[in-house]
Amino acid sequence: MNDRQEDSLVGRGNRDGAELFRDWFESLNDTAERGESAAYVFVMGSFNEILKAFDMPVVFPEINSLQTAVRRVAHEFLDEAEDYGYSPDICGYVKADVAVQLRGGEHPMGRIPKPSLAVYTNACNTYIKWAEIWQRMYDIPIFTLDVPGTRQAGGQTWPGERRFEADRRYVEAQIRELIGVCEQVTGNKLDIDKLRQTMGYANEMSSGWARVLELNRSHPSIFNALTDGTIFLGVANGLRGTEAGARYFRELVEEMEHKAARGIGTLTEEQHRLVFVGVPCYPIFRRFNELFTEWGGTFVSSTYLWFASGGTNRGYQYDLAKPIESLAEGLLLFVRDAMDSMFHQYAMVRDMVEEFAIDGVVFHPIKSCRTVSTGLADSRRALMDDIGIPSLFIESDMMDRRVVSEAQIKNRVDAFFEGLISRQQHSAPIAGTPAQSGSVEEVV
Amino acid sequence: MTTLDDWRDRPLDEVLALCRDTVEDPDYPTVRRWRELGGKVVGHFQVYSPQEIVHAAGMLPLKVRGAPVEPDQADSRFGSYLCSILKTSLELVLSERVELDMFLSHPICDAARNLAAIWGRNFPYPCQILYLPQNANSQYSVTYLRDEYDRLKESVEEVAGRRVSDDDLRRSIALYNDNRRLMRELYELKRETPWLVSAEDGYCLVALGGMIPVEEHNELMRAVLPMLRSRTAKPQDRVRVVFEGAFCEQPPLDLVRMVGRSCYIVDDDFLIGLRFILEDVASDGDPLHNLAHAYLETSSYSPVQHDNRKLKEEMLLDRIERSGAEAAIVGAAKMCEPGLEEQVAYIQALDKTGMPYFVNEFEENMTSFSQLELQVETFVENLLFG
Repeated sequence: MNDRQEDSLVGRGNRDGAELFRDWFESLNDTAERGESAAYVFVMGSFNEILKAFDMPVVFPEINSLQTAVRRVAHEFLDEAEDYGYSPDICGYVKADVAVQLRGGEHPMGRIPKPSLAVYTNACNTYIKWAEIWQRMYDIPIFTLDVPGTRQAGGQTWPGERRFEADRRYVEAQIRELIGVCEQVTGNKLDIDKLRQTMGYANEMSSGWARVLELNRSHPSIFNALTDGTIFLGVANGLRGTEAGARYFRELVEEMEHKAARGIGTLTEEQHRLVFVGVPCYPIFRRFNELFTEWGGTFVSSTYLWFASGGTNRGYQYDLAKPIESLAEGLLLFVRDAMDSMFHQYAMVRDMVEEFAIDGVVFHPIKSCRTVSTGLADSRRALMDDIGIPSLFIESDMMDRRVVSEAQIKNRVDAFFEGLISRQQHSAPIAGTPAQSGSVEEVV
Repeated sequence: MTTLDDWRDRPLDEVLALCRDTVEDPDYPTVRRWRELGGKVVGHFQVYSPQEIVHAAGMLPLKVRGAPVEPDQADSRFGSYLCSILKTSLELVLSERVELDMFLSHPICDAARNLAAIWGRNFPYPCQILYLPQNANSQYSVTYLRDEYDRLKESVEEVAGRRVSDDDLRRSIALYNDNRRLMRELYELKRETPWLVSAEDGYCLVALGGMIPVEEHNELMRAVLPMLRSRTAKPQDRVRVVFEGAFCEQPPLDLVRMVGRSCYIVDDDFLIGLRFILEDVASDGDPLHNLAHAYLETSSYSPVQHDNRKLKEEMLLDRIERSGAEAAIVGAAKMCEPGLEEQVAYIQALDKTGMPYFVNEFEENMTSFSQLELQVETFVENLLFG
């Protein structure tokens, strides 16, 4: 590979990801302009494998909503939904989408088609309430695919075990019912070979996604999980089950392996390796990250990349010889894993501290999302008790700038890094003196 | 085993006062007494839980529904933007007011789904989510739920230290069928002759059912219902209302009392989980299957049970019509995502039908009601004289 080829390789994932994303929104705009509708789905269990097998355009309202925040117009949408009757205390994604619907699909990235069907899992209960809103607005079929999660910490069951198989049969029965609904909505019978094809693409994407995340063990880290990772995540969701998505992840793995092999890191001079737990602060997305990179902090991993990819980060591979059965098993495993990343992430984060050489954990609970945020204070307490790793706990929101105070966040972040540095200095062995332990928590 | 102070042979007013005092006592004296007598306790968070399975194992199912206490210790386990019931429920056990042997929650909302994990990091006993199906419309849901109840039964057996037979379950189902029948009678009384039972007394009689053994509750209800019916009170000029929005976090008793001063609450969703099954559960055949079938096919409604056959606003309108209410009080607990979302649908449906309604947000820990009372009185006056 010559220098020019290397230059084009580094950063390709971000460039191509952004382009694919724009193309995807353009195609949705075209669908809406033609007066056609789309299937509405969510990131935690999108069923793109099935929906793409029916050639249905797919809309992710969560992604539409976060785009309004990134583009700094979310408040206009939130205000409109609140005027309509929704409380300031409910999910900002829901409210932004309600406003998009009230505007006839008008969105900063183009026109969003109306729903013909909504399909969602129970990974987030608000998905269900959200779909009920479309049911009332459009009188469309809505389908809850209920995926039983982990009943008790550490109590997961696995393929072949009696309890797992009982859950798998339930999921499989629902998948068959969902296929029936898709056949009714589209007027087409399922082409099982086409399903195998979309599942094959999904397999490539899942294995690629798992590999990319794993490669960030490298020193320095090869991508920022908060910023670059969110671009990769957009493709992982929006283009799941497509040839373009599979190609993107093949190429992304190539780029990341290339960077890892040559020690090419992110733009940050890496001094502190961090894990992010929660949902990004989209109203000040870039600035939020800069508050950390200015101190040499890089996010090498993020629970967001786990649960918001619907658990596909585990790399589960479908058995294409048994597509429906395997789809049920896979869905059960990866949606359950996504839920574990929100409710039981404490043990996962603890285990990766050594593996990824983590210096600190940043917990970011938000007003809008109780699924992700409710347990974070207790998770942090348990993590501190267990391994005493420095951590930062800041509350804001993913949509609502009324509860995002950049100055306050900056104060907390600065204090966190001052503590982290002080701790590192104190724990460095000095001849004749024992290493001291200090908690960043005390400083913060 | 008797857990409530002796109420037998006492006048009705004294019995009702005892019920109110017991329900409002954050130290849960009946649970304490049960434990002192050697009993084990399984706490089940809102909304619905199959108490029969716990009862069949000889343990006390305790409805965990928050409490009017300050969450001094629990606050540090949670973030800011959460409903109160999560915090005060955990506070009850952190502060040792209540001691449990097992904790169960259900996937009712985004916040509550975190509870079992949080609880489990703080206590050594089993803390589980009972995954009630959220796709009530699948042909496979009853089978799935039957298996899930079987899984729960195994966990309960481990805690109880004994096996639970089908006959044990059938006996418990029969007792809870009696209990449901008695609560239906209480609600019939509220609807037909609301001047005979005050809003707060009706509430407390139901709430006790989540705090004492079902045998004891049945005995109490059998004694109290005839006494209520034989009261000589006369109807007053109050508006008949349905109170909706208390399916999970409960309004403080003072709020219920305040509404009751100017309205007859002729139906409501207070503690609906204790009254969720609307008909007798079948006593023949497989008891777990019968319980599963009842939850999915013969149950009430709430914003946290999704079922395409039960559009909540239609169910509310039906509740209003059946109870002969003239208006609705549409409440929601602060920070309650499903409650606040459903409120919009309720209001739109009520607007369409022209049914008067009063909207409010409440919190179990609220202590000031004067402003709210003024608003309710104004609403009532508008209805009576407007």
